[in-house]
Amino acid sequence: MPKKSDLMPGTLDMMILKTLTRGSQHGYGIASSIKRASEDVLTVEEGSLYPALQRLLLQSWVKAEWRSTETNRRARFYTLTAAGRKQLGLEQTQFETMIAAIGRVMQDA
Amino acid sequence: MDSIARFFKKIGMLLRREKFSNDLEEEMSFHREQKEQELRDAGVAPETAHYAAMREFGNTTRLKEQSHEIVGFRFETVWQDLHFALRQLRRSPGFTLTAVLMLALGIGASVAIFAFVDAALIKPLPYQDPTRLVDVAERGKLWPRSNLSYQDYVDWKKMNKVFSALEAYTGGGYLMKTATGVEPVTAARVSAGFFRVLGVKPVLGRDFYDGEDQPSGGDTMILTYQSWQERFGGRKDIIGQTVDLDGVPNTIIGVLPASFQFAPRGRAEFWGTVHKLTNCEKRRSCHNMFGVARLKDGVTVQSALADMTAVAKQLEVQYPGSNRDQGASVKPLYEQIVGDIRPILLVLLGGAVLLLVIACVNVSSLLLVRSESRKREIAVRGALGASPARLVRQFMTESLVLVLVGGLLGVLGAEVSMQGLSRLISKDMLANMPYLAGISLNLRVVLFAVAICVLAAGLFALTPILRLPLTTLREGLTEGGRGTAGTLWRRFGANLVVVELAVAVVLLVGAGLLGKSFYKLLHVDLAFQPDHLATMQVALPQTTYPKDPQQVAAQRQILDRIRSLPGVQSASLTSVFPVEGNGNTDWIRIVGKPYNGEHNEVNQREVSSDYFKTLETRLERGRFFTDEEDDSKPKVVIINKAFVSKYFPGEDPIGRVMGDGDLTPKSLRQIIAVVDDIKESSLDVDTWPAEYTPANQGPDNYFGLMVRTSQAEATMLPVLRATVQQIDPGIGVFDEQTELQRINDSQTAYLHRSSAWLVGGFAALALLLGVVGLYGVIAYSVSQRTREIGVRMALGAQQSSVYRMILKEAGWLTGFGIGAGLVSSIAVATLMRTLLFGIHTWDVSTLAAVAVLLSVSALLASYFPARRAASVNPVEALRAE
Repeated sequence: MPKKSDLMPGTLDMMILKTLTRGSQHGYGIASSIKRASEDVLTVEEGSLYPALQRLLLQSWVKAEWRSTETNRRARFYTLTAAGRKQLGLEQTQFETMIAAIGRVMQDA
Repeated sequence: MDSIARFFKKIGMLLRREKFSNDLEEEMSFHREQKEQELRDAGVAPETAHYAAMREFGNTTRLKEQSHEIVGFRFETVWQDLHFALRQLRRSPGFTLTAVLMLALGIGASVAIFAFVDAALIKPLPYQDPTRLVDVAERGKLWPRSNLSYQDYVDWKKMNKVFSALEAYTGGGYLMKTATGVEPVTAARVSAGFFRVLGVKPVLGRDFYDGEDQPSGGDTMILTYQSWQERFGGRKDIIGQTVDLDGVPNTIIGVLPASFQFAPRGRAEFWGTVHKLTNCEKRRSCHNMFGVARLKDGVTVQSALADMTAVAKQLEVQYPGSNRDQGASVKPLYEQIVGDIRPILLVLLGGAVLLLVIACVNVSSLLLVRSESRKREIAVRGALGASPARLVRQFMTESLVLVLVGGLLGVLGAEVSMQGLSRLISKDMLANMPYLAGISLNLRVVLFAVAICVLAAGLFALTPILRLPLTTLREGLTEGGRGTAGTLWRRFGANLVVVELAVAVVLLVGAGLLGKSFYKLLHVDLAFQPDHLATMQVALPQTTYPKDPQQVAAQRQILDRIRSLPGVQSASLTSVFPVEGNGNTDWIRIVGKPYNGEHNEVNQREVSSDYFKTLETRLERGRFFTDEEDDSKPKVVIINKAFVSKYFPGEDPIGRVMGDGDLTPKSLRQIIAVVDDIKESSLDVDTWPAEYTPANQGPDNYFGLMVRTSQAEATMLPVLRATVQQIDPGIGVFDEQTELQRINDSQTAYLHRSSAWLVGGFAALALLLGVVGLYGVIAYSVSQRTREIGVRMALGAQQSSVYRMILKEAGWLTGFGIGAGLVSSIAVATLMRTLLFGIHTWDVSTLAAVAVLLSVSALLASYFPARRAASVNPVEALRAE
């Protein structure tokens, strides 16, 4: 069994926020989106989404409400807040700066 | 701003914690169901899909726990840990009680001793800027520090360039007139700036003004606070009142603060000035004072000493007769005051800390054993989702609880034993060591207690963590708590017990050496019979008995009356009691011997005719004094054996004549006898050459009375006092003690006794703890090896070979422990060399006795587990699992 959740620290929060820019989602939806978007490269331990979501809720970067799904099941949907959008911008900039820097280092070497 | 919002959100969630849990649970199961559905849609078998979904999702319990931690407050989990820790500790009361008691013992002993160290060594002097204060004295040929002559002091004060102030003090005593008669009171006479140099201000009235110590100054007195309270009821109107001291009205001008103490004159109640010089103080050759000075800014003790030595040299040139070989001594005041007690306190602190080490090692071993037996619990909790960090925290919490309870009990015990120990210090001792009076749990002591608790807690938290099988949860589950558990433990835990035994050896050897030193000290050859001797100080009032003949007559009358009492065998008087210490010296020169002005310093004692008979001291040659030998008869002197061997080696001293340095006709005396070396010095010091002159040829107002009784001497003391005061109620009688008390309470005996007893106590506890520790190790090892032993016995091993196996294990541990202990104890004994008397640091019999004692105890401690091992029933042992 390959080891999971070898993500860079902090990136999970950022990816959740990014996913939510495309509209409200429940936890399972977020996990599937990330998996799909990363073309199965980033298969995080799916459950680790939930502690992360609690963290985002506490920071008021997302908000949650119980709604029905298309299949008429009760699920908790998460929505990006204005503060969350701002935070995402911030994290994305930082992330890109870092990746670019790492990229330069790796090329030069 | 954000953090405040988060805080309120957390509070909100805390109140709706159940909803939070339910929401999370529902959300997670929705996720898993969706996943399962997805897998099934992709054609996975329902059963497989269910588990695959669970696996993909991860450890639900741990994820829930993590979510809770995010929204929860830290104290919640701390509270949970604490709760759980208490439950765990309650579940094994034997372990908890043992651990807490051991910790309390170790911490208590260390804290109590530290309080003494703090009082005596860290902040002993309640003066302003005490580190700048120095003790100033002269340096004689025999004395590295000898009394300062008043005349020299006056010159030193003028000529030195290193002190911002130099003051002098000396002791004194008066007979104070009271409503009922007279009472002897202790006093000190000081130069006018004495209190100012210390930085002490009277709480009531005024200090001496500059020049009040000159002949023009009046008879003024400053009282200690205690004396003011006890003798004068703390009345505010005491200032300006007069008291009659030795028949002279003295005006009380001030009261010192309650916190005032001055160890060198600890007993003094009345503090006056030196405005009336005694005969001694008028002569440059007579030394009766000491100096205390404050160093100028930037001046070190060394440079002050250099300056004072130069000054002394100048005076030596100026006054060759009196100042020959008189140098100077300058050292920090605190060193002068606490120098004697420092090595003892450090040894005691060392003992207490070693005891603490043993206690900690024992508790660590216990914790190790527990962590072994809790391996399975840890594995289960880990599998159920407890994170490694959380498990570690759990163990730390448990250790903290243990240390906290142990520490609190320890500090409480320390407070009690501190009060007990300081009550054990006699009042006289306390007068010499006033800094020990206010001993208490002050801030520094509490900080020390906290520091050792933190260290202990860290140690205990670390021990099980090192051994926690955090990475091998699965093994813990499958292993069934058998097998390898023992090997690691045996390697680590066994080393701990070796440390313990070694420490116990060090403490036992220390106690043995100190005890033996004390025994030797008390059995030092006194050259007199100390039992059945009643003693007291007597003071004849100067106003009634001003002249020599009157004093001689009074002394004769006192001795005659006492001799006629039933139960009295003989009575005599002396200027200084034996065992008081070398001192009260005379400088002599022997007629017919080459002399170059050197100071031949000998002890001088003025004694009555029956003195040697009363003391039962052997007469080596010649004859004793007679009562008739007074000023009208030729002057005579008796010398001791030490005198003969120093000044008359191989010669017959009888009939020879000696005198002062100038052989002044008045000072010439003929030697009539040699007596045995009465122990004049303190017990641990060699007695110097001594001369004994007839009291009748140079009487004094103050003298010591020594009476040999046929009945118990203590019961005679009140009778003797009454008898003396029947003659004249104006005569002062004080300091009534038996000679044995005097010897036992002498500072030397006292310090040796207390250190021997305290270290002995520590050693006994160390022995107990060490043996308990060994028992624990062996018993645990036997319990771990029950199966192995069962197999061995099933395969035909004899009981005796099982015994041998267990005892061999214990034997190795004990052997290593004792060996290491003996080696280190020789090193430690070297450190406390100054406290030993009459024995080597490597006293073989002590070392052997300790080795035997510990071996026997260790044998006993391992015998019981060995017997249990030997009586293992192989069938049951094998079936046990």
